[in-house]
Amino acid sequence: MKTRMLRKWIVSAGLAVALLAGAVGTRRAFAAEPKVVEITAKRFTFVPEQVTLKKGEPVTLRLHSEDVTHGFFMRKLKIDGEVEAGKTTDITITPEVAGTYTTICDHFCGANHGNMKMTIVVVE
Amino acid sequence: MKKAVNRRSFMKIAGSSLGIGVLYTALPMPVAGEAGEMMRWLGKQNGEMATPFSFVQLSDAHVGFNGPPDPLGTKAFERAVEMINGLPKAPDLVLFTGDLTHDTEEKDVHAQRMKQFQEICSRMKVGKVMYVPGEHDAGLDGGQLYREFFKESYYSFDHRGVHFVALDNVSRAKPEVGPEQLAWLKKDLARFSKTAPIVVFTHRPLFDLKPEWEWFTSDGDDVMNVLAPYENVTVLYGHIHRDHEHEEGHAHHYAARSLIFAFPDPDKVDNKKPNPFDKDNPFKNLGIRLVNETGAGSLSVKDVELTLREYSGINGVQQILREPGL
Repeated sequence: MKTRMLRKWIVSAGLAVALLAGAVGTRRAFAAEPKVVEITAKRFTFVPEQVTLKKGEPVTLRLHSEDVTHGFFMRKLKIDGEVEAGKTTDITITPEVAGTYTTICDHFCGANHGNMKMTIVVVE
Repeated sequence: MKKAVNRRSFMKIAGSSLGIGVLYTALPMPVAGEAGEMMRWLGKQNGEMATPFSFVQLSDAHVGFNGPPDPLGTKAFERAVEMINGLPKAPDLVLFTGDLTHDTEEKDVHAQRMKQFQEICSRMKVGKVMYVPGEHDAGLDGGQLYREFFKESYYSFDHRGVHFVALDNVSRAKPEVGPEQLAWLKKDLARFSKTAPIVVFTHRPLFDLKPEWEWFTSDGDDVMNVLAPYENVTVLYGHIHRDHEHEEGHAHHYAARSLIFAFPDPDKVDNKKPNPFDKDNPFKNLGIRLVNETGAGSLSVKDVELTLREYSGINGVQQILREPGL
C-alpha cells in the first residue's frame, strides 16, 4: 500500500516538474522569438502605414527596402535603424508606454523624404 | 520689447534681426555706457575686443524647386538679395544656413542649380558669404557635389572678435553631426575663454523641436554639451521654413524663414504640409524682424511681416513673374 502511494506521489511530482519545465520552456521560447512585424520601405512610404503593438510585448520590426537606403527612427520607442537598398534589417523593441508614435525615415532619400512616415500604436 | 544689456545677453544683442532672412547686429551701437563697458570687459577676457558689425542670415532658397506650393522659383531669394543691397550699411557677412538648392538625382542638373545659386549670391554687395549645406544639397551624395562648389562643409573662422562655427548636420544623410565633427568642434573651441562670443550656424535645429517632422539633430545634445561651458553662444539654423526662437542654458537658437515657402506651426497642425501660396501676397510668411539699439544699453525688437507694396494686389504675381527678374 505504502509503495503504491509512494509511486503515485513520485509520478505526480514528476508530472508537476515536467509541466513547470514545459511552461518555463515555452516562456523562454516566447522570449527568444518575439512576434515579427513586416514593414516595407519604398520612396516615400512605409507599408503598412500603421501597426499596432502590445505594451510590454517584445516585437521584431522586420524592415525591408525596395529601392534606396531608408532610416527608421522613433526616439521614444528606442527605434533608430537603417535598411539598405534591397536588404532587410531587424529592429527588436519592447514598447514600454502605450500611445501613438510617428516613426519617420531619417535617412535622406529624395525630394519627399520629409513626409515619409508611419504610425506605431502601442496598446495596453 | 526692451531688453537690458548684461553679460548673458551679449549674443542676444548679436541676435538682433531683420529681413527676408535675418539681419544680426553683432554689437550694440553706439559703443557707450554699459554696452561699452561690457565690450571692454569681453575684450580683456578674450584677447580681442569685438567691434560693432552686422550680418545677415538667409536660408532655404531651394534653387531648382518648382511648386506647388510656390510657383515663384527664385524670386523671393532674388528679392532678399535686393533688400540686402538696399540696407543703409552693408553687412559684413551673409550666413546661408543650408538648402541652397533643391535635390535631384541628375548630377548635371544639380550642378546647374548650384551655379545658379552662386550667380544670384554674387549679386550681393557684402563682405563675404559663408555657407553650410542642407539635406537637399548634400543628402543624396554625402555632400560630394556641395564640396566641389562650396569647399568644406564644416569649418570655423573669426570675425571682429566673434568666433563663427559652421556645422554640417546633413551630409551623413541622417540628421547628425557625427563623432568626427564633434571631436573637431572640441578641438576648435579649446583655445577660447568661456566668455568668447560664439555663433554656430547649421541647417537643422540642434535640439528636439519636432522630431516627427525631422526637426532635430540626433546628436544635437552632444554638440550643445560641447558648447555648454561657453556663456555667449548663438545658434542659427534653417530647415524649418519658419521663424523660431529657443533658449536653453547659455545658448540662444534662432531659425530664419525660408526663401521659397513656409511651413505652419507644428503645434497647430498634424501634417507637415507647406502653407498654401497666396497669389495676392506672394511673399507672405517671409518676415522682417527689426532690432534697434535705442541707447543706454537697450534694444527694441520688433517683428514685422514682410509685405511689399509694389508686389501686392491683384497684379502682384504678374509683376513678380515679369522678366527680367525683379
